[in-house]
Amino acid sequence: MNEFLLIAAIVLAGLAGVPGLFRAREGHAAERLFVGVITLAGVLAGTGAIGTLAFGSSGALTAAWPVPGGQLAVEVDAISAMFVLQIAVLAVLSAWYGLEYWPQKAHPTNGRKLRAFYGVATAAMLLLVIARNAVLFLVAWEVMALAAFFLFTTEDEKPKVREVGFVYLLAARGGTLCLFAMFALLAAASGTLSMDGWPLALASPLGNAIFIVGLCGFGLKAGIMPLHIWLPGAHANAPSHISALMSGVLIKMGIYGIVRLTASCALPPLWWGYVLIGLGAMSGVLGVGFAIGQHDIKRLLAYHSVENIGIICLGLGVAVLGRSLGRPELVALGIAGALLHVWNHGLFKALLFLSAGSVVHATGTREIDRLGGLWRRMPRTGLAFLVGAVAICGLPPLNGLISELMIYLGLFQTSSEGGGTWLAGALAAPALAIVGALAVACFVKVFGAVFLGEARTVDVEHAHDPGRAMLVPMAVLALACLFIALGAPLVSHVLDTAVTAWAGGSVGTTAPLNALAPLVWVSATSAALLLSLLFLGVRLGAYMSRREFKKEVGTWDCGYAAPTARMQYTSSSFAATLVGLLAWALRPDTHAPHLQGAFPATSTFASHVPDTVLDRGLRPVFSVAARVFMWLRFVQSGNIHLYLLYILGTLVVLLLWR
Amino acid sequence: MIVLYVHIATHLVLVLLLPPLCLGVIAKTKALFAGRVGPPLLQPYYDLARLMKKGMVLSRTTTWVFLAGPIVGIVTTLLAALFVPLGGHAAPLSFAGDFVLFAYALGLGRFFTVAAALDTGSPFEGMGGAREVTFSCLAEPALFFGFLVLAHASGSYSLSDMLGASVSSTWSTASASLAAVALSWFVVLLAENSRIPFDDPNTHLELTMIHEVMVLDHSGPLFGVILYGAAVKLFVFGALVLGVAAPLAGIGPWASWPVFVAVSLLLAVVIGVVESVMARLRLPQVPSLLVAASLLAAFGAVLLVR
Repeated sequence: MNEFLLIAAIVLAGLAGVPGLFRAREGHAAERLFVGVITLAGVLAGTGAIGTLAFGSSGALTAAWPVPGGQLAVEVDAISAMFVLQIAVLAVLSAWYGLEYWPQKAHPTNGRKLRAFYGVATAAMLLLVIARNAVLFLVAWEVMALAAFFLFTTEDEKPKVREVGFVYLLAARGGTLCLFAMFALLAAASGTLSMDGWPLALASPLGNAIFIVGLCGFGLKAGIMPLHIWLPGAHANAPSHISALMSGVLIKMGIYGIVRLTASCALPPLWWGYVLIGLGAMSGVLGVGFAIGQHDIKRLLAYHSVENIGIICLGLGVAVLGRSLGRPELVALGIAGALLHVWNHGLFKALLFLSAGSVVHATGTREIDRLGGLWRRMPRTGLAFLVGAVAICGLPPLNGLISELMIYLGLFQTSSEGGGTWLAGALAAPALAIVGALAVACFVKVFGAVFLGEARTVDVEHAHDPGRAMLVPMAVLALACLFIALGAPLVSHVLDTAVTAWAGGSVGTTAPLNALAPLVWVSATSAALLLSLLFLGVRLGAYMSRREFKKEVGTWDCGYAAPTARMQYTSSSFAATLVGLLAWALRPDTHAPHLQGAFPATSTFASHVPDTVLDRGLRPVFSVAARVFMWLRFVQSGNIHLYLLYILGTLVVLLLWR
Repeated sequence: MIVLYVHIATHLVLVLLLPPLCLGVIAKTKALFAGRVGPPLLQPYYDLARLMKKGMVLSRTTTWVFLAGPIVGIVTTLLAALFVPLGGHAAPLSFAGDFVLFAYALGLGRFFTVAAALDTGSPFEGMGGAREVTFSCLAEPALFFGFLVLAHASGSYSLSDMLGASVSSTWSTASASLAAVALSWFVVLLAENSRIPFDDPNTHLELTMIHEVMVLDHSGPLFGVILYGAAVKLFVFGALVLGVAAPLAGIGPWASWPVFVAVSLLLAVVIGVVESVMARLRLPQVPSLLVAASLLAAFGAVLLVR
């Protein structure tokens, strides 16, 4: 039943942007139709997902098809349903936002392309999370990857956009290659391409090989450090609602893959968990570290996606350790923390990208250091960004805290194992604490530099809050963040079903999450905190109006006669000490002038944090490789029939070799 | 049941009333070291009362974030105070993982304190805010390594048990680990509360300042709230350090309260002595000291693994 709803949603979403292709460039009927169809598809998919979460899975839907190695099979289980719900919510909200942010009138050349691929990408992601056959999974994966390429390169007339698009394409191709290898090995191990019949060989070399290639393939999509190379550039240069969708759900498809892969192994070796925890800690700390050094607000947010993927990996690592050790409470806390963080990150990251998009929309720049004082011009956008910032830092009273608390509890509970397992937990927990503290540093920096103080160099006189189509999606996301925080004991029932679906009886019955983590207490504390803040805020407001304080003076300037807005502390200065402390990994570029004499000439200072892996590692290697392989250029003629000939030749060779 | 309520009430009264006295003791200690008479012990209370009666000067640049900073700061500090056990008695709020809420509630306070500083658009306050968040990034792992040690030693994940009866027995089995944590947390206390050698709470308008420079533009009642919040924060961190260094669980339920007050004031004297005999560190050296504190706590954790 739920599967039929999903299939209807996939068809609708896939076709949502198609009618627009046949319409005139400047009409807005097609974009309204698109938003309507996507909303309908989202409602159908969401209904299917909620149905599964409420009443359980009804089993796989199968049909025969001519592809060898198993049947066509789709199923919505609790894990799929969690991802479906997230895709549905974010696809609908971002589409509404796009109505005002990227109207057809303002973007006659690429608006239709964007909406067509938006629908295709949404449909492919929905198909991906319900596919139960390797071939179907790969088809959906490829369609999604390619549609995402066209979404990232929406403004392909800009050289920078093309460049980051190609980096993405390269990473996506590499990822797919790994997945081909993984599925081939899996098929060799189990003899079937159906994804249900995969009890992975226990700790065999083949099982380990499958884990490693799978982790590479899915990790490239998820953006686990050091496989995150495509992520910052692509997210920064896409339209903001696309960034929201891609950061909210596309990279989560990599996480979905890792969740499925680890679920299929009943007794994983311990080191799988160590690898996930190690990668998670590295992605977390370095992701937020790179974020702190950025000047571009969207690039900064993209690095925070790397950080949050790291937190999710920590949770997955705890769950895998729990499986290896036969500890149901670790399994429950780890996988529930990871899956809830998938939801949470989708919500607050989309919120942050959408509110950053409003800032870009209003001011025309992504440079943090040129902005300032926007709160007085755009209070609603500012509030939305503030909610997202508090949530992403994992601070009470919002939702990031709930999932991080579960992961913390999981990490701390490794202590009863002793030895290497506790060492992993004992190093990862403080790493998570550093991530939290660095995130606070980073977001207070962005929030302060963009919304507080005075405008620096950009004229913000005419900046104003966007209209309803952009504000309502932000409000919905902010309320969802609050709901998960205050309603955590309710959300935990959803997570319980997902935990059961992941563990599948491999570690015995797990206790309900409400018994493992003090969710009632945390939600109650958050509510009490929120209420007391509101109460004191109202009291303060009353006090202020009674005493009639007037703002007649400027900020205390220590007696300096002519302060200007450009003297404010910039976000770069704010981050300078932290960037210096992390310089061993960040390797910042600084072009400082050499000043001489009492009256030095006018000079400039510039600092920049490039991506160490991409700009200092891969680019030099690849340019050498490009020179070496120059002699092979002749095979790339650009003629389509020649490429068909290559394919035919390969096929013949393979058949002969068999 | 009534006894429990009385203990909770005592906890709340101590958290609300004792902190300014600790500041007074510190000031008195420093004055004695300098050969002065110093302000009366109750001077911080007089200061707070005076500030509450004053008016406020608000900058044109500021928004409500500037007003929210002190409010969020005091509420989150008081929330954190509800998690920390005092004098061997369980804290009013206690559940598995409450130490995360303790740290993150203080994080929320930090977020808004720094945001309020940035709201003024003043370069000085931006500088102070940057230092505040930078140094707390380095202090956070020391705090969590300490939590790990205590969680492992007590087998529990709530602060009331981690700092409860098990601490005394751990001192006999793993004294090195606990000593490392106590020392490391003492350094964290000095850093988080902007005391010497990290910062000098008595100076204004010095480029090496952290906390005081962030609140340069606050005045009147809101400044009073900030000073009071800072005192409570010092007291809460002090209680954390004392929970490790001076376990009082075995003394008996009623005798432990006066003993706790006494050791709290003794800790204030120790802080005063540290402030008197040490000079402020140069700013670039501060990270090294904090990293050393984290490593010390990490050693404490590693010693327990074996």
